[in-house]
Amino acid sequence: MPQYLLAVHMVDGQPTPSEDEMQQMYKQVDAFNAELQSDGSWVFAGGLEPATTATVVRTEGGKVTTTDGPFAETKEHLGGFWIIEAADLDAALAMAERGSRACGGPVEVRPFQQLPEA
Amino acid sequence: MPVTPVEIEALFRAEYGRSVAALTRFLGDIDAAEEAVQDAFVVALGQWPSARLPPNPGGWMTTARRRAIDRIRRDSKRRERQREAAALDDPDPPAEEVGPVKDDRLRLIFTCCHPALDQPAQVALMLRLLGGLQTAEIARAFLVPEATMAQRLVRAKRKIKVARIPYRVPSEAELPGRLAGVLATIYLIFTEGHTATSGDGLIRHNLCDESIRLARLLTELMPDEPECLGLLALLLLTHSRRVTRVAADGSLVLLPDQDRSRWDRPLIVEGQDLVRRCLRRNVAGAYQIQAAINAVHSAAPTAGDTDWSQIVALYDQLSALAPTPVVALNRAVALAEVDGAATGLAALDEIDLADYYPLHAARADLLRRLGRLDEAAVRLCPNPTERHFLESRRSVVANARASHSE
Repeated sequence: MPQYLLAVHMVDGQPTPSEDEMQQMYKQVDAFNAELQSDGSWVFAGGLEPATTATVVRTEGGKVTTTDGPFAETKEHLGGFWIIEAADLDAALAMAERGSRACGGPVEVRPFQQLPEA
Repeated sequence: MPVTPVEIEALFRAEYGRSVAALTRFLGDIDAAEEAVQDAFVVALGQWPSARLPPNPGGWMTTARRRAIDRIRRDSKRRERQREAAALDDPDPPAEEVGPVKDDRLRLIFTCCHPALDQPAQVALMLRLLGGLQTAEIARAFLVPEATMAQRLVRAKRKIKVARIPYRVPSEAELPGRLAGVLATIYLIFTEGHTATSGDGLIRHNLCDESIRLARLLTELMPDEPECLGLLALLLLTHSRRVTRVAADGSLVLLPDQDRSRWDRPLIVEGQDLVRRCLRRNVAGAYQIQAAINAVHSAAPTAGDTDWSQIVALYDQLSALAPTPVVALNRAVALAEVDGAATGLAALDEIDLADYYPLHAARADLLRRLGRLDEAAVRLCPNPTERHFLESRRSVVANARASHSE
């Protein structure tokens, strides 16, 4: 079955949620994850630590360089993601809507490239 | 009598949507469906001029299917593809699906207008796949280079395929939202044709004609949806005034100044009949109300006979459904006709619409009627014909001021 990435993007400078709001969000996301697992759509998911904890490895020109911080100097950073199986985009979008309500942020839906047939 | 290439081409365009829609369901791919249909057209051009039109012109679909099968066999050596081809080469094709959706064009319409596609892509797909227009024609109508429009179509079809936008009519629950998107896209095509935002010439007729064709098709496919009827009525009634909307010198002519004897009567009759049908159904909707407002205008033999109270009442209904600044503006203008310029101006002052030129034009007009000439102001707008009109109004105000100060 086709797979989609449901990516949650965080925007820098947004007000930090309160502890209560965070707990509420975790509960909602847990509930959503449980639904995905029980109806067989779940492949993998996880929340990411903030972009400030990232490290970039480059191997251009035969040299290895290691840099502190995220790859993109942008205001938006990947906060977490779900990988799900869905028959078509409408099914994936329906899951993305539930995921977006659960985590309180926009969710980008991207199809995975199909593996070449053997 | 032998068939001419022009007749074949007209037939081809009329049948394009139906054929592409059915072949897409069959082949599972829009590009493959288009190739097959175009291929069949080439075959038809070769055969038909020397023969009569077949009794069922859509029967060249069989040719299209056969050539699609041949292409699949030719292009690919993969085992799965050959299995696919074998499945397609069924002398008894599967029976048509029974159920509410018998026409594949409805599936195609909802696919073209899927919310995952941006509106320019939706417009391009509708005109190409359902309208049967050439890419070059669509590009000309929207004043973009052909390569740009071609790329837009390629990207949109690729997205449908790669993201797997399903080929289906939305479920009951999804239908209202999805239908609103379809209606908005058809209306956008009409608006673009009716009021060009770039280039000279106020109206691009081919887009108006195409959008009316699409609206008609939609009412055939969804006869129980009142907003579909409402949209068609709105387009017909608006289009009925096309000849009188622009003067010989290309300048804009307002509704009260239009020569009503040159309005297109058959379109008005059809539009009003649709509005009556909607009223009987009594399920309110924005397009139906806008159509009704136009019907009231169309019913007045002269501008002075216009039933403005009826129009205000309709705008009240429309404001409840679609409380936008533009609706508030139009309501204020109608209110001025019923209760006077001062009341209209007070209603205008409550609207928050910074750069919308008709608001400034309306305000200027009401101020002029109240004799407050110094306060009248005009803003530029993108359409040269409408800009010219506003500038001529400004000179009327300036002249009036000049004569007052003498």
